[in-house]
Amino acid sequence: MAAYLPIVFFALAAVGMVSGAMIAGRFLRPTPVQSRGKLEVYECGIEPRRDARQPFSVRFYIVAMLFLVFDVETIFLFPWAVQFQQLALFGLIEMFIFVAILLFGYFYAWQRGALEWV
Amino acid sequence: MSTELLIQYGVIPIIQILVVMIVVLTVVAYGVYAERKILAFIHSRLGPMRVGPWGLFQPIADGLKLLMKEDLRPSVADSLIFVMAPAILMLAAFSALTMVPFGEGTTMFGYEVPYVIADVNIGILAMLALSSLSVYAVVLGGWSSNSKYPLIGALRGAAQMVSYEVALAFTVVATLMIAGTMSTVGIVEAQRELGAWFFILQPVGFVIFVICMVAETNRLPFDLPEAETELVSGYFTEFSGMRWAFYMLGEYAAMIVMSCLAVTLYLGGWLRPFPNSELTAFLDVIPGPLWFVLKGFMFMYFFMWIRGTYPRYRYDQLMTIGWKVLIPISIANLFFTGIIILLVQAAAG
Repeated sequence: MAAYLPIVFFALAAVGMVSGAMIAGRFLRPTPVQSRGKLEVYECGIEPRRDARQPFSVRFYIVAMLFLVFDVETIFLFPWAVQFQQLALFGLIEMFIFVAILLFGYFYAWQRGALEWV
Repeated sequence: MSTELLIQYGVIPIIQILVVMIVVLTVVAYGVYAERKILAFIHSRLGPMRVGPWGLFQPIADGLKLLMKEDLRPSVADSLIFVMAPAILMLAAFSALTMVPFGEGTTMFGYEVPYVIADVNIGILAMLALSSLSVYAVVLGGWSSNSKYPLIGALRGAAQMVSYEVALAFTVVATLMIAGTMSTVGIVEAQRELGAWFFILQPVGFVIFVICMVAETNRLPFDLPEAETELVSGYFTEFSGMRWAFYMLGEYAAMIVMSCLAVTLYLGGWLRPFPNSELTAFLDVIPGPLWFVLKGFMFMYFFMWIRGTYPRYRYDQLMTIGWKVLIPISIANLFFTGIIILLVQAAAG
């Protein structure tokens, strides 16, 4: 596991850099009195009328669900790809069946219009 | 024994972190400068010319200006997530950079110094996983602002990044089948053994990878999440000063990570063209790490070039390309690669 340690160090260093720069900036930047209008969200100069937490297009959920299926699939593909030259024809057929089941669902979703955006 | 440990877990990581941070920050600063210059030349302009000769000190002036900008946080924003989001972006980009193999390594002061910081056996998978954490920065940044433009930008960004990630993963898998390893160093070594960079063996995969690479980093022609003509500046509309700077830095760092990934997977990492041929042996005067960096800069230039050349896609076009074109082609490419490997194996006996 020692090989993974540098990744952790780098992740910590990145967070450290962001917080360091924010703290250093605190001594440099001006801190004028904040007015209510200044702290409002940007809406092209008009006072925002409603909260941004509103319902949005259901298509984004569909994309997220399709992505989940495909992404889990690719996780299975990675170790298979590494061992592919040993698994040879058996591995190829096995994976073809596995992907074919997924593709069935994919074409079903396509046919039902889940991939249409207009 | 304890000094050994101190060097291994204290001194070396600090040196590595300092070197990588300085290099990345310099590349980002001058990458922005280069981008402005390149876009200007494409438009028949001069670009930044005022600060220093040929505007060379422009990045330093920009950095100082951003550091001294007022820090605005909308009163309705979810403050904890709002503060965290830029840090997630930096975390994703920096930790992915540890797996990049810049060269074969040397010996310095009696210590073996590999040119890869973390040579883990799942290198490519870890790089993909860590760099795709940046989607959290997009979603959380946009959502926590509690403003309408950032929310739309964040939704678009998330949908786009996950869509293209699928095609990206399928193409990478096809390359891994040839390489037979997920270690980044191992993939470059496999290209040396086969005597060819993988983009020759995977032409379709290479093209798909390059398209997905641009879409993953939210760059033109796929910059729908921050489309400035319709969404002001998308998911980071509410970010200002240093927080905004970290979003820009993160975008550039993501470009660097993707370029490094492309060079490792398809352009032979630190190897010269046709690494086994005697004809190209004279090219060894250029050391390995320099080869890597030159190839990486080629991709960085490519990012800027297409930004200056192509118009933005419509959102439905973007999703159509991702789901209906790239995914079927990448799956076909995967099985085609498998069949070719089996035929080659059978021919070899």
